[in-house]
Amino acid sequence: MSPHTLDHAAASEVFNRDEPRVDWHDETLWWVRQKRDRAAMQLPEWEALREAASQIKHHVLSNLDTLLENFERKAQENGITVHWAANAQEHNEIVWSLLHKKGIDRMIKSKSMLTEECHLNDFLRSKGIEVIDTDLGERIVQLRQEPPSHIVLPAIHLKKSDVGDTFHEHLGTEKGATDPQYLTEAARQHLRETFLTRRAALTGVNFAIAETGGFVVCTNEGNADMGAHLAEIHIASMGFEKIIPRADHLGVFLRLLTRSATGQPVTAYSSHFHRPRPGQEMHIVIVDNGRTTQLGRPDFRNSLKCIRCGACMNTCPVYRRSGGHSYHNAVAGPIGSILAPNLDMRKNADLPFASTLCGSCSNVCPVKIDIHDQLYKWRQVLAQEGYVGGIKKTSLQLASKVLASPTLFKLSFNAARTALRIAPWAANNPLNAWSIHRELPDAPKDSFRQWWEKNRK
Amino acid sequence: MSSSRETILQAIRANKPDLLPLPSVYTFESNYPDVLAQYQQTLQMIGGTVEVVPDLARVAERLKEIYPDLTRIAITLPELADLGNADLEVSDPHELEAIELAVIPGRYGVAENGAIWVTEQEMRHRALPFITQHLVLIIRAETIVPNMHEAYRRIQVDETGFGTFIAGPSKTADIEQSLVVGAHGARSLVVFIIA
Ligand code: SF4
Repeated sequence: MSPHTLDHAAASEVFNRDEPRVDWHDETLWWVRQKRDRAAMQLPEWEALREAASQIKHHVLSNLDTLLENFERKAQENGITVHWAANAQEHNEIVWSLLHKKGIDRMIKSKSMLTEECHLNDFLRSKGIEVIDTDLGERIVQLRQEPPSHIVLPAIHLKKSDVGDTFHEHLGTEKGATDPQYLTEAARQHLRETFLTRRAALTGVNFAIAETGGFVVCTNEGNADMGAHLAEIHIASMGFEKIIPRADHLGVFLRLLTRSATGQPVTAYSSHFHRPRPGQEMHIVIVDNGRTTQLGRPDFRNSLKCIRCGACMNTCPVYRRSGGHSYHNAVAGPIGSILAPNLDMRKNADLPFASTLCGSCSNVCPVKIDIHDQLYKWRQVLAQEGYVGGIKKTSLQLASKVLASPTLFKLSFNAARTALRIAPWAANNPLNAWSIHRELPDAPKDSFRQWWEKNRK
Repeated sequence: MSSSRETILQAIRANKPDLLPLPSVYTFESNYPDVLAQYQQTLQMIGGTVEVVPDLARVAERLKEIYPDLTRIAITLPELADLGNADLEVSDPHELEAIELAVIPGRYGVAENGAIWVTEQEMRHRALPFITQHLVLIIRAETIVPNMHEAYRRIQVDETGFGTFIAGPSKTADIEQSLVVGAHGARSLVVFIIA
């Protein structure tokens, strides 16, 4: 992942320079959001499903230790080796040592946001191990040496001409070719060769089942399966919150996941792994990396309910117009902006401000996370802890003073209205950061309060 | 490593909220007037092809008609075995690489999403339904259930070491959201339903 130099506002400003591209990004994601709506509306029990998912996840968070211990015992009985990693470093070292022990220096990986979070690829590269991502979108961004910009649609920020250029350079496709069918075929051939020659495969985990000690991996391309079933060692990396109590709870989550993500009724492959195939090694790495800290923050622990569907990003008016990379975090968008400050408050203090707090994210979230409330709470925590810089801090302090006093509140609005009428340039000028991308309205002569006082009789 | 296990579990115990119960309502009924028709409609929507046939003899005929040119065919259904010619008695799954068509029976079909539950027992090799260029699944009409809750009621997920819901051919929309069928797994899926 590229080093983080710009904060979210500055990075979005760069993204916003190419206006047609921003419009296209915005429309593409909105289209995905609409597909989600249509899929959700086809199930009359949609809201009840969300409620059930939410309650199952609440139970999980309140019973994590027992569920994980049960899972571990069952998985071991099934012949799976279970590892525990307190942080990213330990996760990466476990993966490396498993490869090292078998003398393997080339691995394939199917999409796993956790390994992005842990910067596994960089780590393994530093040890001389080549990692090839096999999800098409992941492979595209990997060839471009970029991080994914979306947790479900990693290359959503790229146009087919960008992909064409990338493939021309790296896979030898014809110059200027942009046909998605042709480009996908080129990637298929290239990756098939890779699948057939790699001895180790790493996958993510969508759900781990405490009752049976197995785990489920969902893909549309079949890349996780192609990797895992051919390799002699399969390593699955999971954040510990991926655990669910019983197999029949999968009915709830599989019905919600893909409908929320892309509007499909289910992914093309929902694979349930319980035992290694004969002659194969299967390992699971259970990762904390800050999750226990988040669990201990009552205001933010619900973010651990997330099933990584991406719906909150697709609907977010800020994400759609600023692009995933502006969030400088493995998980972008509204949920990423809650998870990131947990990992590093200083580095990610800007992210909870990358939201309009419109609540659309919370409305679509299949597990009913109070996303926009948590973003609002983070703003307060970050301000209190002194991580909110310059202009934002002054205006917030001023705002809290004004909001605390009815007189000041009344006066400030009267003053603002007068200022807008007499000297609109004072607000609509480049020194006012807020007005750069906004047209301020014509100010009415009367405030609502004045109108109300005049007219209520 | 084992110390991290203890650290993590202890931190969880210290930080977790008070125990909350599991919901009692978490399965739902889907009432389709005709589950077979619903299944067909859903599978077509997600890029699969479906044919309702009276028996396996008809499946055999149709296979010859649909895939006249394919030479490397793997069949895991004993009744149709003589149509196949690929050797499945291999110990290394890499040897399945050249297979063009795999014909595999499925256990259950799910009307709401077109998925079919297949376990490694039917696949013979876990890699087979993925590594093959084209895939045919065969189910019986009476095994089609309305939704995933009903499917999980019938399935024991750990009965075999591996099982998967297959819903349509392999696909991707990673290039400008254009749907392309045939990413890494099978390029096409035909489902025969014996009714
Ligand atoms: S927070 Fe909710 S909507 Fe966002 S990715 Fe997670 S589960 Fe999906």
